Amino acid sequence: MDSHSVATAPGELVGGVDPHSHPSFLRHHFESVGQQREAASFGMWIFLLTEVMFFGGMFCAYLIFRNWYHPAFVAGSNTLDITLGTTNTAVLIGSSFTMAMAVYSAEMRRRSQLILFLTLTIVLGFAFLGIKAVEYHQKFVDHHIPGPNFSIQEFVHPSNPHAIPLSPDMAQKTQIYFSLYFAMTGMHALHMIIGISLLFFMVWRASQNAYTEGHIMPVENFGLYWHFVDIVWIFLFPLLYLISRYR
Amino acid sequence: MSHISPVLWQFLVNWFKNFAVFPPEASTIAPYADALYFALVGVTITGLVLVFAMVTFFSIRYRKDRHPEAVQIEGSTVLEATWTLIPLGIFLVFFVWGALLYFRIYNAPPNAMNVYVVGKQWMWKVEHPGGQHEINALHIPAGIPIQVTLISQDVFHSFSIPAFRVKREAIPGRYTTVFFQATRPGKYHLFCTQYCGTDHSGMVGWVYVMAPDDYRAWAAGNTSGASLAQNGERLFAVMGCNACHTGTSQARGPNLFGLYNSRVRMTDGSTMVANEAYLREKILNPSLHVPAGFVPIMPNYQGQISESGLIDLVEYIKSLDSNYRLHQMMNKSVLDSAQPEPIGSANQGAGAAPVPGVQKP
Amino acid sequence: MSTIISLPDQATARLPRKSFLNEEYGIKSWLLTGDHKRIAILYLVSITFFFVIGGALAGLIRMELLTPPSDLMATDTYNKVFSMHGIIMIFLFLVPSVPATIGNFLIPLMVGARDLAFPKINLLSWYLYMAGGLIIFAAMVLGGVDSGWTFTTPLSTHYLNTHVTTAAIGIFLAGFSSIFTGLNFIVTVHRMRCPGMTWFRLPLFVWSHYATSIIMILGTPVLAITLVLVALERTLDIGVFDPSKGGDPLLFQHLFWFYSHPAVYIMILPGMAVISEVISTFSRKRVFGYTAVAFSSVAIAVFGFLVWEHHMFIMGVSQYSALVFSLLTMLVAVPSAIKIFNWTMTLYRGSITFETPMLYAFGFMGLFTIGGLTGVFLATLGMDVHLTETYFIVAHFHFVMVGGMLMAYLAGIHFWWPKMTGRMYPEAISKVSAIVTFIGFIVTFFPQFLLGYLGMPRRYASYPADFQVLNVFSTAGATILGIGYLLPMLYLPWSLVYGAIAGDNPWQATGLEWQIQSPPLTVNFVEIPVMDHEAYDYEWLANKTVHEVQTVG
Repeated sequence: MDSHSVATAPGELVGGVDPHSHPSFLRHHFESVGQQREAASFGMWIFLLTEVMFFGGMFCAYLIFRNWYHPAFVAGSNTLDITLGTTNTAVLIGSSFTMAMAVYSAEMRRRSQLILFLTLTIVLGFAFLGIKAVEYHQKFVDHHIPGPNFSIQEFVHPSNPHAIPLSPDMAQKTQIYFSLYFAMTGMHALHMIIGISLLFFMVWRASQNAYTEGHIMPVENFGLYWHFVDIVWIFLFPLLYLISRYR
Repeated sequence: MSHISPVLWQFLVNWFKNFAVFPPEASTIAPYADALYFALVGVTITGLVLVFAMVTFFSIRYRKDRHPEAVQIEGSTVLEATWTLIPLGIFLVFFVWGALLYFRIYNAPPNAMNVYVVGKQWMWKVEHPGGQHEINALHIPAGIPIQVTLISQDVFHSFSIPAFRVKREAIPGRYTTVFFQATRPGKYHLFCTQYCGTDHSGMVGWVYVMAPDDYRAWAAGNTSGASLAQNGERLFAVMGCNACHTGTSQARGPNLFGLYNSRVRMTDGSTMVANEAYLREKILNPSLHVPAGFVPIMPNYQGQISESGLIDLVEYIKSLDSNYRLHQMMNKSVLDSAQPEPIGSANQGAGAAPVPGVQKP
Repeated sequence: MSTIISLPDQATARLPRKSFLNEEYGIKSWLLTGDHKRIAILYLVSITFFFVIGGALAGLIRMELLTPPSDLMATDTYNKVFSMHGIIMIFLFLVPSVPATIGNFLIPLMVGARDLAFPKINLLSWYLYMAGGLIIFAAMVLGGVDSGWTFTTPLSTHYLNTHVTTAAIGIFLAGFSSIFTGLNFIVTVHRMRCPGMTWFRLPLFVWSHYATSIIMILGTPVLAITLVLVALERTLDIGVFDPSKGGDPLLFQHLFWFYSHPAVYIMILPGMAVISEVISTFSRKRVFGYTAVAFSSVAIAVFGFLVWEHHMFIMGVSQYSALVFSLLTMLVAVPSAIKIFNWTMTLYRGSITFETPMLYAFGFMGLFTIGGLTGVFLATLGMDVHLTETYFIVAHFHFVMVGGMLMAYLAGIHFWWPKMTGRMYPEAISKVSAIVTFIGFIVTFFPQFLLGYLGMPRRYASYPADFQVLNVFSTAGATILGIGYLLPMLYLPWSLVYGAIAGDNPWQATGLEWQIQSPPLTVNFVEIPVMDHEAYDYEWLANKTVHEVQTVG
């Protein structure tokens, strides 16, 4: 976990090397910067473990219902826009890259570069949410949002020539698919929104030189969180969009 | 006793007359359950006495006044192994014992008489195969194995007869079953034990266990005129089921004759047993699993048939099975010839026929 | 090896001039503190508040059940009362009780650290707890919740029009509070141990809390997502748990119990943590079979995750899966048995004294043995069919939760009261209250085993008349139990002002927390200690005491 070493600028002592220098960011209850970093990083991994369990509940529900109502899930995933989905995947992976670059910039103590990459991550995050909003809107137009206005018309009499029409009882089950689709992507989007809010805060802190004087831990930990959110999408995308595409 | 107020005295007397501490044993399961219970109580008391005796003895023997110097002891692998393996062994015995009983309670013998129970907020609706309907009451003959098929119309309920030591959850959307064979005529509590909303504690009733003769008289006097299967046959025609399920080889729907309890091959290659749950599922979600050789064209009856109607249809389809009819007739003949001591029917399902209260595992 | 330790003379003890209690003054210094000890005190006050509410509701339940018909209150009022009792007691009292108060206070002290790894997150978790608690409280005041604490779908999603969503949000927040507490503990134990504090020198208190934390971080998120789905089902009707839409109510049961069964180990493991410390201290002896006790905690945490289906044996699950879960449940009973026997053997050849914490610990051992062994009844498949959903279950989990955990909690509060406050509680009256609690408990809950075997269903506002005698016993016992719990709430605050000065180590215990002043300084240790002996090393303590006497002399 602790693969990075603190980069040293020439002529400067870094906390942990000299026991008498106490960097301002070292909290009183830690013995050394190294201990503080290890603790924070370890804590973040533990937190991500709880996040895995959090999403795990929904993945479990998805697997069970997919197994039961396979035709409905196939039909449901075929109504999703694969172009938008793929674009979004690319956007999100891009944002992970800019985030990784932000961590690198913080290590290299390049303030303006750090701010640039954090801002780029924000922009890509908003791009993702924007595209997601377009997709959600499409579902709204199609009456594919679970609830009283849900319509099974598209599944009983599909407009897509490749699609296999479903019998009405199976078509009803597409509602379960869309419930899970909205619950899972919605939870994912919520994580994105929380992440973007934190990014705004970090841009402000970065402009005050908070992360470019050796204290890169917050950037690093946020990077872990952002990559985790990315990875959740890497699982959601194939499960919701790709499996059993008609072609 | 002269200074106790007579009112209080009377109250106490009444009170203790009404003081139940142990439920009646009224089914073939009950003696088995009680034997297991007392064995468990025995182990609990043994364990408790062991711990209590040791703690008390050590507290007296090694209290500070008598034993001012503690002797430091690291531990003992032998002891650790002992109190790991002995409890484990005891628990495993109970695991096996309990599993045997569990399988006995939830697997009815094939010749059991089927009674349907529908739970809804806050009542039990009972439907006998002969068409008798009851609410919050269940009349059954003693000495006949009975399978109760449960379903709920709304929320989770739980069908509990303490005197029989059986209980089963009534779940919305799927059938569950429980089996028992009553031994002693009498009137026993019937509870809903799963919290089901405002009037949960009002969802209670009575189970009337009757001698077979009395039961026959009761059944004859309370019939609504048509059996469940006859109701189902009518419903079958009204819903237009016979348009496709004609029973001929060119029919668009599967042949229903002899379907019950047979193995059905599905289009995806799997096989399923056509039990009650299967039949019900097929009416409501026909395209969930499609039998091989058919296409899912059956209309969807979700929301159009009540649980009672479904039960009628299931019973009707079951009645198209000659084996099942044979069982029903045998049941009837057992009922007709049943003596106060249950015979015959008990032997097949429940293993060794228990004479209540005498044999214990 | 033998050790003899005489208790220090408390007459000469003085309150330290400076401690975490008087380092700063004012409400702000408490509400914005990062100090784990102050946060522990905040928790102590708030969980006591919720315990009083939950206890009052329990009193109402017992009063209603005094007579067979539902005459004291309407059935739906009764349903709300028992639902709120369950929700408050489980999520706002039992889950945070020992970990968030005693654990929060002691874990940094025991591992030799100045604070938990993340003080701000620790404070955040108190605020989350308070937010959750107040939302649940609001749900109660605004009209209550009658879903039971188990939120069974589809009842909770489609058939109730009470504040179910509000309560679910409250529990969600309280859940995140416990996730953060667990996260903090795990990181602290891994990364903040002082030099020389190896894993096998950790007090068993820390081992148990470590096991608890594992359950907190892995189980609680599943509850969180389940409650989110319930809330979505109620508000947006998404249908995942709705059988009429093809959803599966049993899926809810699986997800809910995946957390809520391990949650009972969240509730009992910290209790076991306290008992290990108390028994060792008052028999002046190292805990018998330290490694076995330590690993049995971890075993409980691991196996605890694999037994959830035993709540569903009668719900139409596959009979073969029921077999597997019954077997695994039998396995999880073994580590508890190991602990009980090890504690008993710790007494062997000790030098036992009977202070209040020890009395509570004895109470714990007796009641937990009954509670644990009756759990075996319920793990036994065929027996569970008859006993589940009756008062037998109620009695069983109250024996474990109230007889076990609450006894352990009170043992812990009394044991560490001198460390937290610097003053002793009054010994005589606290012994009385320990005994009253024990007697009251037995009278309250033992009849419920009999009621359960008779078949009396739980959550009934009215019941058949033949169950009345046992119910009257139970209510009578509850009155005694209430007095037993009231007494500490009176004499403990009293002792804050009038209690004898405790001194640093009134029990002559070996933990690092006892080697510093009471109440401790905000920084805990002026110098980070170096652990040069095993845990529960009374010889080391005796030598140290002799050494101190020599240097002072």
